[in-house]
Amino acid sequence: MIRSLKTRRQVTLLACYGVIAVFMVFFLFPPYWMALTSFKTNQEIESLKGIPFLIQEGVTLNHYRDLFTKTDYLIYFRNTVFVSVLVTVVSLTISVLAAYSLSRLGFVGAGVLGTGVFLTYLIPDTLLFIPLFKIIGWLGLLNSKWSLLLVFPTAIVPFCTWILIGYFASIPHELDEAALVDGANHFQMLILIFLPVALPGLVAATLFAFTISWAGFLYPMAFIFSGEEQVLTAGTVTSLIRGDVYHWGSLMAAALLACLPPVLLYVFLMDYYISGLTAGATKA
Amino acid sequence: MTIPQQETLAEGWVSQRVGRRSRVLLRLRSKAVIGFLMCLPLLVLIVGLIVYPFFYSIYLAMLNKRETQFVWFDNFRFLTTMDTFWLVVRTSFLFTFTAVFFKALLGFILALVIHTVPVRGQRIWRGVALVPWVMPLALSTLGWWWIFEPTHSALDWILVQLGVGPKPWLSQPFWARFSTILVNVWYGTPFFMIMYLAGLKSIPLELFESAAIDGASGVQRLRFITLPMLRNIIAITMLFSTIVTFANFDIVRVLTRGGPRDTTNLFGTYSFRLGIETGDVPLGAAVALVMFPILAVSAFFILRGVRRSVV
Repeated sequence: MIRSLKTRRQVTLLACYGVIAVFMVFFLFPPYWMALTSFKTNQEIESLKGIPFLIQEGVTLNHYRDLFTKTDYLIYFRNTVFVSVLVTVVSLTISVLAAYSLSRLGFVGAGVLGTGVFLTYLIPDTLLFIPLFKIIGWLGLLNSKWSLLLVFPTAIVPFCTWILIGYFASIPHELDEAALVDGANHFQMLILIFLPVALPGLVAATLFAFTISWAGFLYPMAFIFSGEEQVLTAGTVTSLIRGDVYHWGSLMAAALLACLPPVLLYVFLMDYYISGLTAGATKA
Repeated sequence: MTIPQQETLAEGWVSQRVGRRSRVLLRLRSKAVIGFLMCLPLLVLIVGLIVYPFFYSIYLAMLNKRETQFVWFDNFRFLTTMDTFWLVVRTSFLFTFTAVFFKALLGFILALVIHTVPVRGQRIWRGVALVPWVMPLALSTLGWWWIFEPTHSALDWILVQLGVGPKPWLSQPFWARFSTILVNVWYGTPFFMIMYLAGLKSIPLELFESAAIDGASGVQRLRFITLPMLRNIIAITMLFSTIVTFANFDIVRVLTRGGPRDTTNLFGTYSFRLGIETGDVPLGAAVALVMFPILAVSAFFILRGVRRSVV
């Protein structure tokens, strides 16, 4: 009886690992294929002989070198870093202040605003990019990376505020009462008590703000059309695809390299990322 | 550093008005004023870049192509006469429901199997599985585009080895739709898995133990414990995903640009085509606005679900 239970458990486990393996192959195949292509020589990419899932004719870094020397890639990279860092700082500042206020300092309409924040974070970028296109035009920011500084926070701030409200709300009220008795004002309380205690939430919010603005695609596609101002996502998709001859090696190198910063951040801060992800959808 | 200043300003203003009333009242009042001031940047952002653009978009959708004349609902009426528009509507629904269904199903299976293996390995599998979700979608779709490339397709190579012929991944309506949905499932399944896994972890183990003692089979435990306990999280995750999937832009734009013959265009990509690429801003705005009722209904149910999960 015990023996059969044990073997049954082992069969179940084996089946589970089998299913996991299939999923892992499915999930990791595209990045693997991209990496492979970026290191293959052009002849090997074009060749229809042999197994395409291995590098057989030697590794080359030419595609990466071409990317840096013959294209605007480095400009895109610089623009993306600039936009993402600035958007993250601005969004986090707005979100932290609002989340503190909404979770602790009730004022008339705070409840409505809280619900409003949640609803605005459900608004996808495809709903409002056309009126925003007009507004960006009035402001003279069309074809400027500064336009992204204005529009990216519309998606990021509501989301960050929402998850930060969740983290702030879990801080016990005794803590702020103690601080108030000691004569702290709200600003001191936020900086000295709330931010350190809610640090995991803050890290998660920062991570999301950065990765969302890094991955933003529709807004730069709609608002920016010159290489000087373009960011990685739209730049790679629009300008590295030239004519009928595709430079698959450089294209894959470009795409993979542009994926690296968010993926690396995720690898090192995985737990914050996951707790933020689940909190964003469920915690109130 | 402007906040302390604002605070003292606010307090000064309040103390002038309140005069010599009780300190409790003053504290309350100032708290509300500070609270409002701290929300002010958020309010400006929401009103200026979300609420105002929304109403402006409605106005915009009621102008003629050159934006010189107010034509009421003519643009919407015109859309209903366009075959392409109805094709976009059908494609959007097909894309959304198929993709959300498979993401929910595969995400659930993956969450269950990861939950079953020893805890040590769970972290690693969970971590690796989330990679598609972390890669910027437009760029990973570029990788998929190369996978689907007609002459060098990695998928065709496998199919040929298996004795099945190559498939027209992006050039024939059925396969092009299949490909866009496949990429969406690849991208979105990890999110479902994470949500379901968090849900699975929150089910008390005693429930399973007592069920096992009563002789419940694995299927029965799934049917009568796991699914009911996860009902709310399943519903919320699917609604969330419905909104995001319905409004998707990146995949179709990179993979097919809406083709062949507009059979993969979604609301987002079609509105981009009309509003930005062909310069008919009002018609593009109208197409995007048609999404709104569907998004609003989903949002309503999400809000209800989230509130209920808190109680």
